[in-house]
Formats: sequence, structure tokens, C-alpha cells
Amino acid sequence: MLEQKVILITGANRGIGLSVAQICVRLGAIVLLAGRSDKQLEVIAEQLGDNAIPMAYDITDEDQVKAAFGHIKQHIGRLDGLVNNAGLMQTAPVAMTRIAELKSQLEINTVTAYQHAQMATRLMTRQQSGCIINMCSIVGEQGAAGQSAYATSKAALSGMTKAMAKEFAPLGIRVNGVAPGFIETDLTAGFSNEQRDEIIDNIGLGRMGNTQDVADLVSFLLSDHASYITGQIIGVDGGMRI
Amino acid sequence: MSTQQKLTVAFVHALGITADKVSDDLTYNTIPEWDSTAHMILIAELEDAFDIMLDTDDIIDMSSVAEAKRILTKHNIEF
Repeated sequence: MLEQKVILITGANRGIGLSVAQICVRLGAIVLLAGRSDKQLEVIAEQLGDNAIPMAYDITDEDQVKAAFGHIKQHIGRLDGLVNNAGLMQTAPVAMTRIAELKSQLEINTVTAYQHAQMATRLMTRQQSGCIINMCSIVGEQGAAGQSAYATSKAALSGMTKAMAKEFAPLGIRVNGVAPGFIETDLTAGFSNEQRDEIIDNIGLGRMGNTQDVADLVSFLLSDHASYITGQIIGVDGGMRI
Repeated sequence: MSTQQKLTVAFVHALGITADKVSDDLTYNTIPEWDSTAHMILIAELEDAFDIMLDTDDIIDMSSVAEAKRILTKHNIEF
């Protein structure tokens, strides 16, 4: 389904990013694993096989991002997919949120995704095709008490997704967002059992999601099976209400 | 192929215009063929033709053929 497509995934060292990398490799893609930890990425790449290439750089460093895309251009020469997955979630009431915390979530969840999309579309323009997936959130779509800073950054990402979809459609580049609900990852590991039970009570399907649930949708959107889908924010939330 | 010819070919391919229309005073958004979408394609054509990677500021500043030459000169390309 993704044979020989070159796909860059940020935050590929764990959670949803790792699951996306695993399924993409399984479906025949060449996956570029972006993350900070060189050693961790190398171990994952070894496990995934020859079609997984580690790319260690700081996604918040503008120059390092440019250099990473320069490397892709020079050594691979094309890019078919970008998955803007790396994210940061900090939970606190409005009154207890430092502006620095708001800025750091905007930086990682929104600004880095913007720059990656900006650079990726430079490569995709050459082939007049490509696909960008932004990891949005049900919190950005619906809001959640105690997560105003995170919601701000994710809602911005949804807006960015819709605007870029319109701008890049004439170039054959699709841009979509995936909005996970409550998914079992490191981001949600800090939730107490009581908090989990309360959340699950509000999920129609009666369970938390897993990273595979999200990765399945991402891999579909990256494939040619989704060639007429752009500008959408698609929920993977088991019918969750927040 | 000279650098001037490479530049002209890049504009011809990206904008879908004839070579005789590519002059220093040709300016972004003054002809229907040079819109924002064509500008993206032009950047890709120039980067491939001259094997360079342009900065965002260069892309913003590239408002005419003359400006394109000035920016390319920064990358040690002579006209």
C-alpha cells in the first residue's frame, strides 16, 4: 500500500510515532525516523530493518530542520509523506499555566509542524504530489478544562492543516489532520486510575485507544487509497465526548 | 548551458511562458502565470537547476527575474 514511498515521521521513537513507523515499514515504505535521541532511533531502525533510516536532530532548531531536509534532498531526492507527530502535552488550569509553558507547547506542537510542512512541500512540489498528516487532537477540536495551552496549540495545528490543504491542493499535495482521543501513550501515562475511569465513561466504545488505532488511519491517509481526501481533521476517539 | 539559459529555462518550465517573456523586469504577480503556486514550482526549478537550497527570506524576496539573479549571485552563481 505504501511501496517505496519515502515518509518522514517526527517523534518516531515512541508512542503513536513508533506505531506509524512500524506499520509504514510493514506496508513497504522507506521511513525516516526523526527524533532527538540518536541511540534510541538507531535501535528502532535496526528493529524495523533496512527501510528505516534514523535522522537525529532537534525539531525545534530551525537550522537543524533545514539541514535535515537538505540531507533528504541530497541523498534521497524525494519525499512522499510527512507525519508531524512530535508533541508535548502539559495539563494545568489557566490560572496555573505559565506563559513559558504555553509557548513551549506552541513551539513543539505547532511551530515545528509548520516549518516541517514548509520544508516538505518544497520537496513535494518537484513531484507534484505528497501527503502531510498533522497529529491534531480531540482537545484542539472540542477543548478540555485544564488543557487550555495544549488545546490552543492543537487548534492552531488544525487551522494550519485546513489552510495548507487549500494552498497546496493545486500542487497535488494533500494535507490532513488526525485527532486522537484518549490514547494509551507516554502523554497519558500520568493519568490516575480514577481519571482514566472517568474518561472511559465518556467513550462510546468503552475503552481507551491504542497507538495502532491511530497508526492505521495515518497509514491509510498516506496511501493512494486516500487520494481524494484533503483538508480533513479525522477523529480516532471511539466516540469520545469531552 | 549558460547560467542565464538555465535561469530562463527554469522560468519557462515553472510559469509556462515563452522564453522571450523572461526579462529582468518580469515581476511576481504581474502576469497570471506567476502566481503563488507557480512561485513554489519556480523555487523548485531553480534549486534543481543550480543545485542550491534557498532560504525562506530568499523565496520572499524573489519578486522579479532581476531579484532572482541577485539572490542566485549570493550562492556564487554568476550572470
